Amino acid sequence: MEKFTKMTAIAVPLDRANVDTDAIIPKQFLKSIKRSGFGPNLFDEWRYLDHGEPGMDNSTRPINTDFVLNKPRYNGARILLARDNFGCGSSREHAPWALEDYGIRVIIAPSFADIFYNNCFKNGLLPIILEEQTIDELFNMVFENEGFELTVDLELKKITSDSGISIDFELDQFRRHCLLEGLDEIGLTLEHADDIRAYENKQKEITPWL
Amino acid sequence: MSAKTLYDKLWDSHVVRENDDGTSLLYIDRQLIHEVTSPQAFEGLRLANRKPWKLSANLATPDHNVPTTDRDQGITDPVSKLQVDTLDSNCDNFGITEFKMDDIRQGIVHVVSPEQGATLPGMTLVCGDSHTSTHGAFGTLAFGVGTSEVEHVLATQCLIQKKSKNMLVEVNGQLDEHVTAKDVILAIIGKIGTAGGTGYAIEFAGDAIRSFSMEGRMTLSNMAIEAGARAGMVAVDDTTIEYVKGRPYAPSDEHWEQAVQYWKNFYSDSDALFDKTVSLDAADIKPQVTWGTSPEMTMAIDELIPDPTNESDPVKQEGMKAALKYMGLTAGEPISEVSVDVVFIGSCTNSRIEDIRAAAEVAKGNKVSSSIKQALVVPGSGLIKKQAEEEGLDKILTTAGFEWREPGCSMCLAMNADRLEPQERCASTSNRNFEGRQGQGGRTHLVSPAMAAAAAIAGHFIDIPLTNKQG
Ligand code: SF4
Repeated sequence: MEKFTKMTAIAVPLDRANVDTDAIIPKQFLKSIKRSGFGPNLFDEWRYLDHGEPGMDNSTRPINTDFVLNKPRYNGARILLARDNFGCGSSREHAPWALEDYGIRVIIAPSFADIFYNNCFKNGLLPIILEEQTIDELFNMVFENEGFELTVDLELKKITSDSGISIDFELDQFRRHCLLEGLDEIGLTLEHADDIRAYENKQKEITPWL
Repeated sequence: MSAKTLYDKLWDSHVVRENDDGTSLLYIDRQLIHEVTSPQAFEGLRLANRKPWKLSANLATPDHNVPTTDRDQGITDPVSKLQVDTLDSNCDNFGITEFKMDDIRQGIVHVVSPEQGATLPGMTLVCGDSHTSTHGAFGTLAFGVGTSEVEHVLATQCLIQKKSKNMLVEVNGQLDEHVTAKDVILAIIGKIGTAGGTGYAIEFAGDAIRSFSMEGRMTLSNMAIEAGARAGMVAVDDTTIEYVKGRPYAPSDEHWEQAVQYWKNFYSDSDALFDKTVSLDAADIKPQVTWGTSPEMTMAIDELIPDPTNESDPVKQEGMKAALKYMGLTAGEPISEVSVDVVFIGSCTNSRIEDIRAAAEVAKGNKVSSSIKQALVVPGSGLIKKQAEEEGLDKILTTAGFEWREPGCSMCLAMNADRLEPQERCASTSNRNFEGRQGQGGRTHLVSPAMAAAAAIAGHFIDIPLTNKQG
């Protein structure tokens, strides 16, 4: 998993509550055999004017120019500013896969759906929970200033900007550690490889047929 | 030492280490793999340059996407084909044993593993599929996992888990001759609800459960997930050990006695404490039919379709109304007067040899009603198909007008070509009657194999035996 320490990037404001995982990545793309490559179909139904199917050439599809991700001023955004209950609905891990593949590394929202929140950490995404009021202020700043960038520093648990804002955020120690070190759960478990081997050796006596 | 439940024993014997945050690193003895939830896990391994921790712990077979007819034509749907081809090449490249589509051992992953003796008592077993609970029938801790966890198990042979609470579901007394494990589990879900087991590992116990064959116990444990529990299990006894004996992956002579001694520990101590206990009287359970769009919406065959206005909880009342509307049913109507369009006998719940025997017994000497559009029998594995053919069951079924298919998930979730048309009504031996599960707009009624076969012959739901009831 890619480490997350500090990043400065444009923030894109997705001004809707209850964005569900079906909106993040519609079900027809779940037949894919890959974990990567979902980026072009992120928010497919909102981003394009036609109905998307796997295998289509997305570069030739009609674009919904009203959708915020399609506005040129947010090109290259890596921070998603979102509203309440982001990532609700089905447990599909394809949702964080699609966000990550698109280039998003940080999602800032007043609240997240449980499973989605957990799935983010398994895939190197940093979901940050802030007060509703702080989020409102961030939305306003992004709307008013083209090219508005935020710096997210996980070491210091701080969000800052050139314009002088400074916001502290909270994150569970364990998850922060995993992201900072780029440790996925597999990496972490493998730190205990000796324990696993010791267990296996002990079991060899008890259940030699396995 | 304090008294332990079956689940406690399974858990404790697999803890590699306990973490400070209340989670444990749990060792997984066996992982089953199919084509839908594994491609990204293999890709993850490849990207991280990791190897499977213990190749021999894994066993794969394609099931969800495989066609049940004309296998020699291959898979015609290109997207389904790609998923199955990907499983094949991943297994080949990593060196994982796979029963491919043309292998007689291929079938539904939850049918294949027990049949091969790859599911053994006292082990932990996972699969990227919620019906992994099936394997709990063997006194095994078995539960479904997500794709990241499939990869985690491939790479480490472990999972980071929090222990569930213990729940005991007891069914005591004498079951009526025609009441099967399917009826019992539907009655249990009807009683505790689809969230009744959330946060628990369920142990099924009591003399009615003990009397079930392994096939019956698998049907029961299969649907633990439909009661909200990730795992359901039955303690090890002679029935379990007899079933396992001599199967290809079971311990050989050298280890057999040691294994049997070890397995015999996997039961709940008589003074073990459960966080919750539910009891049912076997004598009260009748053959079941689900009437709604959730497995808890179940009723006995001789009852009237429930009336939402009798439900005091407004949320439930709305749910019942919506279900009746979707299902095209009227409150107060006898379920036995509801006619059926399609019959599906199969799925990881009911596609084993006993299920096919039960269907054949009802079908014998009868004919599928002319009002039935399609009556499918889809065995759970190639070996079950072969055995049924050796017993002449296929002849009985096809003579009666049933179609005899190749093994796979088939119409259980309609990921292959077998599916319902909108509004078609199906008597199905599968496990989920959710909206659209068997095809968009399709209406699913969950029943036992005998009840499904009886519905095919009568053209409507009907109690068994059929004697003097036809027409
Ligand atoms: S038979 Fe149905 S429930 Fe069982 S594994 Fe296949 S799709 Fe899932």
